[in-house]
Amino acid sequence: MTQAVTAADPGLSQPLLAKRASRRWIISATLITAIVALPVLSVIFLAFFPEENIWPHLIDTTLPRYLWTTIQLMVGVGAITLVIGLSTAWAVTMCEFPGRKFFEWAMLLPFAVPAYVIAYVYTSLLDYAGPVQRTLRDWFGWENAADYWFPEIRSLEGATLMIGLVLYPYVYLLARAAFLEQSPSLFAVSRSLGHSALSTFFRVVLPIARPAVAVGLSLVLMETLNDFGTVDFFAVQTLTAGLFDTWMNLGNLGGAAQIATTMLVFVVILVTLERYSRRRQQQYAARDNRDPIRRFTMSFPRQLICVAVCAIPFLLGFVVPAGTLGLYAWEYFEESWNPDFIQNTLNSLLLSSAAALTTLMIGVILAYSRRLHNTRGMQILMRLSSLGYAMPGAVLAVGVIVPLAGFDNWLDRLMRDTFGVSTGLLLSGTAFALVFAYTVRFLAVSAGSVESALQKVTPSMDMASRSLGHTPGKTLVNVHLPMLRGTLLTAALVVFVDCMKELPATLILRPFNFETLATYVYQFASDERLFHSALPSLIIVLAGIVPIILMSRSISNTRSIA
Amino acid sequence: MRMKLAATAAMALAAMPLSASAEGEVNIYSYRQAYLLEPLLNAFEKETGIETNVVFAKQGLAERLEREGRNSPADVVMTVDISRINELVERDLVQGVDSDVLNSNIPDNLRHPEGKWFALTTRGRLIFTSKERVEEGEITTYEELADDKWNDRICTRSGKHPYNIALFSSLIAHHGEEWTEQWLQDVKDNLARKPQGGDRDQIKAIAEGVCDISIGNSYYYGNMLQDENQRPIAEQVRLVFPNADGRGTHVNISGISLTKSAPNKDNAVKLMEFLSSPEAQRIYAEANTEYPANPEVKPSGLVAEWGEINPDQLSLQTIADNREAAVKLVDRVDYDGE
Repeated sequence: MTQAVTAADPGLSQPLLAKRASRRWIISATLITAIVALPVLSVIFLAFFPEENIWPHLIDTTLPRYLWTTIQLMVGVGAITLVIGLSTAWAVTMCEFPGRKFFEWAMLLPFAVPAYVIAYVYTSLLDYAGPVQRTLRDWFGWENAADYWFPEIRSLEGATLMIGLVLYPYVYLLARAAFLEQSPSLFAVSRSLGHSALSTFFRVVLPIARPAVAVGLSLVLMETLNDFGTVDFFAVQTLTAGLFDTWMNLGNLGGAAQIATTMLVFVVILVTLERYSRRRQQQYAARDNRDPIRRFTMSFPRQLICVAVCAIPFLLGFVVPAGTLGLYAWEYFEESWNPDFIQNTLNSLLLSSAAALTTLMIGVILAYSRRLHNTRGMQILMRLSSLGYAMPGAVLAVGVIVPLAGFDNWLDRLMRDTFGVSTGLLLSGTAFALVFAYTVRFLAVSAGSVESALQKVTPSMDMASRSLGHTPGKTLVNVHLPMLRGTLLTAALVVFVDCMKELPATLILRPFNFETLATYVYQFASDERLFHSALPSLIIVLAGIVPIILMSRSISNTRSIA
Repeated sequence: MRMKLAATAAMALAAMPLSASAEGEVNIYSYRQAYLLEPLLNAFEKETGIETNVVFAKQGLAERLEREGRNSPADVVMTVDISRINELVERDLVQGVDSDVLNSNIPDNLRHPEGKWFALTTRGRLIFTSKERVEEGEITTYEELADDKWNDRICTRSGKHPYNIALFSSLIAHHGEEWTEQWLQDVKDNLARKPQGGDRDQIKAIAEGVCDISIGNSYYYGNMLQDENQRPIAEQVRLVFPNADGRGTHVNISGISLTKSAPNKDNAVKLMEFLSSPEAQRIYAEANTEYPANPEVKPSGLVAEWGEINPDQLSLQTIADNREAAVKLVDRVDYDGE
C-alpha cells in the first residue's frame, strides 16, 4: 500500500501532489479500520439481540462480586507489572552491576510463558500434593492439611501474581526503550539542580517515559481483563467468568455480547482518561544517539540489590516454570512425544509470522496517517482499530465468524444465482480467518508502540523532508522507518510471541485437523492431564525465546553504550 | 527482505490444509478433546477407508456452525453434555437420522425421539468418600449431602460446571426448584473450601485431608486409577453410587448429532453407526472408563469392579430443560462465592 502513495505524478505541482498523496493515506486508514473493526462491531451488533435481558438477574446476584473481583485483579496486576517493569528497566539501563547484560534480555523471557501455563505449573508445585508442601510436611511432621496453614495458590492473590509475572515484560520493554531514548543530559541537568537520583527518576525520567509506559500498562490491563484461562483455573470470578457463564450455561450469546461491550466501554474510558490527563503534554526527544549513557557505578551492597531486583522476577516468571515443565516433560516424555510436534510448531510459527507482519504494516499505516492528519477523526479511527484487544478471544472469534461467514455465504449465493456455481466457504475455517483474527486482536500492540514512537520524532523532521519535495510516503520510508527500526522490530516480535500463545480464538476458528502448539497443550490441560501437556508447553516457551533475544538486541542497538 | 519473508509466509499459508469436501471424508466439530477420539477414528478409518477431520473447541462451535449455514463443512457434532446437544436441536442446527443400526444399538432413553442426537457413552455423577474418615454406607444419596454432619467436609468443582448443572437440574426435576435451592444452600454451607479445580482435584483434596466427601464423574476416578502416579491418591477414596437403591444415580451422556447441512451425509451416518457398534463401544469403555451406551457391551473390567450402576431413568430432555433454572439457582445461592 505504501508503494501506491509514493508513485509520483509528474504532471502535478508539488503541493497538489502532496495533498492528493496524503488524502490517499486517509482513505487507506479509513478502509483498513473499517475492516479491522468489523469483528468488534459484530459483537456490539449481537448485543442488541439477547435471548432475554440478563441484567436484572446478574445485578441481583453475581454482578457486584464479578465487578469487585475484576477491579481488584486489574489494580493488583497493574501494580505488580509497574513495580517490576519500571524497576528492572531502570536498573539494567542506568546501573552497572554484575549480570546486567544478561538481565537486559533475560527480563523479557517470562513473556514467552503463557499465563495459563504458569498457572498450571505453580498449582502443581504449590498445592497440597506438590513438592513444596510435601517437603514442609516432612520437615515439621505435619499429618494433613488441617495441621498447618499454607497460602492458597488458587485465589485472587495467586491469579494476580501469576498474571503479573508473565505480563510485566510489556511495561519493561516499553519503559526500557523509552529510557534508552532519553537524552542523558536531561538527567545530568536535573542532578546538577540538586535533585537526587530518585527524585530525578520521578520528576524527569518517568514523566518523559509516560506515554510509552501508559501503552505498556494499558496492554497489561486489557489482557488481564479478558483473561479466561487463568481465572477459570483458579476459580476467580471476574466479569469474563460471568460472560462465559451467560454464553455457555444460559445459551445467551446476545447477553454475553452485552457484557463484552460493557467491558469494552470500561477499557475505552480508562484509556481516554489516561490520555486526557496528559493532554497538554507534548514531548519530542531530540535523538542524540551519540551521547552515550553513563551508568552509575555503585557500591557492592547496592549492586546486590540490583541483582536481586532483576533476579527475583526472572526466577519466578521464567526459571521456575520452564524448569518444572522441563522436568515433567522428561518424566512423561514417552507418552507425550508425538511426531505431529514438528507440524504443530510449524503451524504456530507460520501463522504468528504472517500475523506479525500484517499487524506491523497496518500499524504503521494507521499511526502515520494519524501523524499526517492529527484530527479528531483520525484519533477515533486509531482507537476503533485497537478495540479488538479489549475483548476476550473467544468472543472476538465469534465476531470474526459473523462477517467472514456472512461474506462467504453472500458470495456463494451471488455466484449460484448468476453462474450456477457454488463457491462454498472461501474464508471461514481457513488459515486466513486465523491471521485476520490475530491481526484484529493484536493490532493495538503494534499500532500503540508505533504511535508512541512516532510521537517522539520531532515534526521538524517531517517538515524538512517535505520541504525538500518528498511525498508523505517517501518521508515515511526514508526518514521515519529507518529511525524507528528498533521499535518496528519490537512491535512485530511482541505480536509474534502473543500469537504463539493465543488460544481461544485459534480453537474456534481453525481449519480441520489443525493444531498449533497452544491448542495442542490445551486439549490435555483441559482434560486435567497437565503432565502430558508439559512437553508442548515447553516448546511454546522455547519458541518464544528466540524472537525475544532478537528483540532485546535490537533495542540495545538503538544506542551506543559507553 | 521483509517482502520476501511476507511472500514466503503467504505461500506457506496457502499450502496449509483447507476445508475440503471431496468424497471419502467426514468432518467433525467436537466439544471433546481430539486425542480422546483418536483411537475410535483410527478404527473407523481402518474399517471403512473414510477419512475423518476434526476441529475441537469447548466454546463457539455451535456459533460457527450456525453462521456457516448451508455451506458449513461440518457433518457431525460430538458433545459431552446433554444440554449442549439439546442446544443444537433447539437452534435447529441438526437433523434426524433414521438408521436401524443406531436404533438397535442405542436404547430409546439414550437417543432423541426423532434421531436428532444419540448418546455414545454415559457417565455417572458419583460421590467419593474418604476411606479413613467416612464409614461405608454413611452416605448413600445426593439428598444427604445437605446434612449438617458434613459441615466443612465437602469439596466440589464450580457449581456452574455443566456436569454439576445437570445434576442440579435432575434434582429440580425430582424435588422442585424451591427444595433444590434450599438443598444447594445447605450443601454450600457444608463446603470445606470455595469451589475450584476439576473433579480429579476434589479426589486429591480428600486424600490431602482438606475434605471428606466430593462429587465427581466416574471416569475421572477410573483414569486416576489407571495413571500410576495418581493411583495412590485415588485409592484413598471409596466410591458411592448415590440413590442406587432408590431412583438411581444421575447420569449424563456424551453424544453425536448429524448437522443439518452435512455435505457427507452417508459417511457421517456410517460414522455414527460405527461409534455405536460393539467394537467402538469397547474402545470407549476401555480407554476412558466410561459406560458404553450400547447395552451389549459391558463396562471395562476396572469399572465393573465398582459394582453395577443403576442409572436414574429421568429423561435427559427434562434435564436439559431445567438447565437455565439450575444456573440461576447457583447464582442466587452464590454457590461459587466465598
